[in-house]
Amino acid sequence: MSGGLDARITVLHPGGFHLDAELRLESGHTVAVLGPNGAGKSTLIAALAGLLPLHEGRVALGGRVLDDTELGVWVPPEERRLGIVHQDYLLFPTMSVLDNVAFGLRARGRARSAANRGARDLLAQLDLLQFAGRRPADLSGGQAQRVALARALATEPDMLLLDEPLAALDVTTRARLRHVLADRLAEFPGPRMLITHDPAEAFLLADQIYVLEDGAITQVGSPDDIRLRPRTSYAADLAGANLLVGVASAGEVLVGSHRLTIADTSAQGPVLATIHPRAISLHVVEPGGSPRNAWATSVTRIENYGDRVRVQTAGPLELTAEITPPALHALGIAVGDRIWLSIKATEVGVSAD
Amino acid sequence: MTRRRPPFVLAFLACVGAAFFVAPLLGLVARTPWSDLGEVLGREVVGDALRLSLVTSLGATIVALFLGLPLAWVLARFEFRGRALLRGLVLLPLVLPPVVGGAALLFTFGRRGALGGPLEDLTGLVLPFSIWGAILAASFVAMPFLVITVEGALRNLDQRYEGAAASLGASRWTVLRRVTLPMIGPSLVSGLLLTWARALGEFGATITFAGNLPGRTQTLPLAVFVAMEGDRDAAVAMSLLLVLVSLAVLVTLRNRWWGAR
Repeated sequence: MSGGLDARITVLHPGGFHLDAELRLESGHTVAVLGPNGAGKSTLIAALAGLLPLHEGRVALGGRVLDDTELGVWVPPEERRLGIVHQDYLLFPTMSVLDNVAFGLRARGRARSAANRGARDLLAQLDLLQFAGRRPADLSGGQAQRVALARALATEPDMLLLDEPLAALDVTTRARLRHVLADRLAEFPGPRMLITHDPAEAFLLADQIYVLEDGAITQVGSPDDIRLRPRTSYAADLAGANLLVGVASAGEVLVGSHRLTIADTSAQGPVLATIHPRAISLHVVEPGGSPRNAWATSVTRIENYGDRVRVQTAGPLELTAEITPPALHALGIAVGDRIWLSIKATEVGVSAD
Repeated sequence: MTRRRPPFVLAFLACVGAAFFVAPLLGLVARTPWSDLGEVLGREVVGDALRLSLVTSLGATIVALFLGLPLAWVLARFEFRGRALLRGLVLLPLVLPPVVGGAALLFTFGRRGALGGPLEDLTGLVLPFSIWGAILAASFVAMPFLVITVEGALRNLDQRYEGAAASLGASRWTVLRRVTLPMIGPSLVSGLLLTWARALGEFGATITFAGNLPGRTQTLPLAVFVAMEGDRDAAVAMSLLLVLVSLAVLVTLRNRWWGAR
C-alpha cells in the first residue's frame, strides 16, 4: 500500500450548505473527523465515495486520482475501492449476513463459491461465523456493526471510512466494540478515516483529528493538541473535556499513581473518567468543605475565549478548568502560579473502557 | 381497537353495509348450477373467453412490467418539469370511465387514428378489434396500479442502500438486480397482482376499442355480459370464476392491503 488520501473538496448543496475541506491521510494512520451534527460529515463521506459531485476540488487515493474538477476526472463509486462502514450500517435487509459480506467480492467478479469462502474467513476472524445464515434484522446492534465492518473489509479496499461506527450502540457494547475496532484499524494497511461527533471515540482511536464545523475544518492536530489547545468554542466544549484512562475499584479510579474519588462505588476494572472543565473549581488557598478530590498544582496555560477562560494545570493529573473572566480576575493568577484545584466526586463521569 | 360493543344504530347500519357486499355474492352462489358446472365451464365459448382473458391480462401485466416499472422509476427518482402533471395523467385511467379510455384509444390507434394509421403503414399491425387491441386496452386501465405501487415503494426506499452497494463495487445493473428490486420486491409483486386482477376484469375499454368478437377479443367479462341475454348458466359460472380469482388475489395480498392485525 503506497500513498494515502489527498483531498480538497468543495461541495455546494442546493439547500445552500457549503462544505470546504482539505484532508491529508497517510497510510497506516487513523484520522478522525470530529464535528457536531450538521457540520457536513455525511456530505464529506458522500463526496469521497463519489455519490455527490464536487463543485470544485481534487481527490487522490494512493496516487490514483478519483476526482479532479479541473481535469474533468471522475471515478464512479463502484471503482473507488473505498471500504465504508455506514452510520446505521446499511446492511442489505433482503440478504443473509454471509451474502452481505460476500456482496462486494461477487460484485467485483468473484465466483459465488470463492466469494463465500472469503466472506466466511472474514466472519470467522470477527467471531461472526455463527450468524452467517441470519438476516440483518435478527442481529443485535453490536453484531450488525461487526458485520458492516466485515463487509467493508472483504473487498480489501484502498481506504477505510467509518461513519459514526459506534453511535448506534449502547454504552457497554460501545466500549467493547471500540477495542475490536481499534484492533481492526491497526491491522488495516491503508489510510483510515473515522467520522464522529464523539470526542472520546476520536481521542481513543485516532492519531490525528480534524475538527469540522459548519462545513469547514477549524482545527487539525493530535488528540492532545485538540484537547489541550482547542481553537474554537465547539472544540473547547466537546473536545475539551478532561479524559482520563484508569482502573476503578471501590469508589476510586487509579489514574497513573493518582487516586481519584468517584461517586459510583460499583465501577470496576478499566474505565474512562471524564471531568468537564466547568466542574473543576480553582482556589488560591486550600479549599474547605466537602470536595473529595483536591490538590495543589500550578498553572501551565491560560486561554481566553471571550466569555470564558480555560486554565490548564500541571500534574498529578493535567486537567483543564473553565472559569469566567471575572473569576480569573478575582483569583488573580498567572501562568506558573501555584493553585488549588477541587472536584466533587459526583462530577467525575465514569464509563467502562 | 376497543372491545366494547358498538351502539345499536351504528351496529345496525354496519350490518346493512356488510350485507350490501355479502348478499350479491350469496345470490350468485345460490344461482350457480352446481350439478352441471363442469359441463357449462367446458363449453367452447367459455373456454375461449377464459383463454383470451388469461392472454390479455397476462399480456397487460407484462406490458406494465416493462413500461410501468421504468415509468415509476422516472417519476420516483428524477425531477423534471411537468412531473406532477405526468403523474396525474398516468393515474387518470384509475378514475376515468373505461369506455372513455377505449374511445380515446380508438381515436388514436384506430386505422384512421393519429398513430394507428402510420403504425399500420409501417408494420401492417392493426390494433382495434384484435387481441393486441384487447391487451392495449387492458394495459391502459390496469398499468396505473403498478405505477403507483412501485413509485411509492421506490420513494420509500432509502437510496443510501444503493450508494452502499455501489461503493462495494456493484455496477448499476447489479445494484438494481441484487439490492433495489429485492427491496421493493413485495410492492412490485402486489403491484403486478393488482394490475393483473384489474386487467382480468376489464370491460369498457376493451369492448370499445377491441370489440366483442368471440374467440378473438371476447374476454370473460364480455362473455358474461353477452351470456346474460341468453345462457344464464354460463354467465353465472363465469362470474363465479371471476369472483374466485379476485378473492385469491385479495388473499394473496392480505398482509399488504388489509387484515394487518
